[in-house]
Amino acid sequence: MSKRIGIEVAVAAAEAAALCRFDVAAVYPITPQSHVAEHLSNIVADGRIDAEFITVESEHSAMSAAMGASATGARVVTATSSQGLMYMHEVLPIASAMRLPIVMAIANRAVSGPLNILNDHSDIMPQRDSGWISLFAENGQEVVDMMIQAFKIAEHRDVQLPVNVNIDGFQLTHMVEPLEMPDQKEVDKFLPPYKPYATLHPDKPVSMGTFAMNDVYTEVMKAKDAALVNSKEVILAVWKEWEKRFGRAYEPIEGYRVKGAEILMLTMGSMGETAAVAIDELRKKGIPAGLLKMKLWRPFPFDELKKAVKGAKTLIVTDRAVSFGGPGGPVAGEVRSALYDQPTRPAIINEIIGLGGRDMMVEHFMEIVMKAAKAGRKKRKEAYEFYGVREA
Amino acid sequence: MIEVRWHGRGGQGAVTSVELLALAAIEEGKYAQGFPSFGPERRGAPVAAFNRVDGKQIKIRSGIYHPDTVVVLDEGLVGLVNVAEGLKPEGVLIVNTAKTPAEVRKTIKFKGKIAAVDATAIARKELGVPITNTTMIGALVRLTGIVKLDSLKVPVEHRFGRIAIKNLTAMKRAFDEVNIG
Repeated sequence: MSKRIGIEVAVAAAEAAALCRFDVAAVYPITPQSHVAEHLSNIVADGRIDAEFITVESEHSAMSAAMGASATGARVVTATSSQGLMYMHEVLPIASAMRLPIVMAIANRAVSGPLNILNDHSDIMPQRDSGWISLFAENGQEVVDMMIQAFKIAEHRDVQLPVNVNIDGFQLTHMVEPLEMPDQKEVDKFLPPYKPYATLHPDKPVSMGTFAMNDVYTEVMKAKDAALVNSKEVILAVWKEWEKRFGRAYEPIEGYRVKGAEILMLTMGSMGETAAVAIDELRKKGIPAGLLKMKLWRPFPFDELKKAVKGAKTLIVTDRAVSFGGPGGPVAGEVRSALYDQPTRPAIINEIIGLGGRDMMVEHFMEIVMKAAKAGRKKRKEAYEFYGVREA
Repeated sequence: MIEVRWHGRGGQGAVTSVELLALAAIEEGKYAQGFPSFGPERRGAPVAAFNRVDGKQIKIRSGIYHPDTVVVLDEGLVGLVNVAEGLKPEGVLIVNTAKTPAEVRKTIKFKGKIAAVDATAIARKELGVPITNTTMIGALVRLTGIVKLDSLKVPVEHRFGRIAIKNLTAMKRAFDEVNIG
């Protein structure tokens, strides 16, 4: 039986990894991920599970150690944030190319400079093309659920890819809230021990992470892309099984009050909750607004997006990061591209919001939607807007 | 929904207070959030921490700007930070002080309800240290009924182990002794 408890979400993320009986944690602490690191360390130090905690001197080493451990067939968890993730960047595509099913909790935080420790998505967006599966959690419950789902997805024989679970720093990591903590027996049934396809073992030597020049590199890249694309089927199946076992449904793009919605707003991460309250208020005023909450960023849910926006006149895409000198926010850029070949598509507005921890309240989301409702299909001068920016 | 803002200094345990209060509310089957003011913290510097408690699921994840209740752990913060900022006129301000609510009112720009309790004296007597975070929960519970005092037993015991009883005694004393102006 699941148990309803009050717990800090960062601690809950570590507890979820413990429920998955990880073998190795290789983690370097960084704000606002530190409580995940500390708690993983506590779990190992207290002997609660039979695992190793590898202390490393950097995030680059954390991921490298995670890869080495994973290659031996261990179930590996790690966690980082912001500059730590940027420092890890070099090794991330190697983990995916080596098809190592590492699970990483990312406490999303702005990147320097200027130095900022608060929440946005500018740390994960530069990792977009690393070949990892990328999930975004909206609340503490989703953090716990996705951490457990992540191992099952990552280790599936048809996937064999690393997964990152994105957890808004502070907004989620530092929040004490109620959630259902699944029972160990239930998790054991859902997630059997990891059976690797191949491992590093002296008795049965194999090569991993080899040299590949122009004769095979393209083929390896195509294979990696196919692995990512094909992983969606497994992700959907794992989510179906999760719903059956634990009663909570997951979708690549979750709709909220989308029936009859002419204006849709798309969010990723914890702001979906505050935005949902704004949608409720707008509906009370008779504004036909709805919300799309994107939970799956990689592989990108093309079909689900096309289906979700059908019938909408306007789509407001919120971004928590900037592609400087580019299309505005990275999410909007991808959404525009995904809908380009559709015979009919909504007008797309890109609002860059909540950078470096700038708070977004219910009334801010309402203002964004009401402005879009007023403008209708009238083309905007700018392709994107820094919402609420102060200018002289 | 009740929103609470706590004022303290880094190291005085405001974050522990919001955690204990959230856990007590969740223990009662309610929904609750407990969170610090986001960002770096330094020992001794003014800090704030926050609670939301409701009977139904709480979706709002923005900051709290118009609390129903403000709790001040350190009297020295009054005048240093605007502890009544954004506090709803019908709300309540609870201060750890040896002064009476009427005396507190002279130093704070707030027309609503003010309550005062000498939590430092209680904590010194019951805990042997002037750490007032658990003591002040008692005063908050008395003023707001946000949770039952009994609901704090499990979280306080879990957090403090063998010294839990002292904290619970201090909490009960603040509940009884708070002076409501």
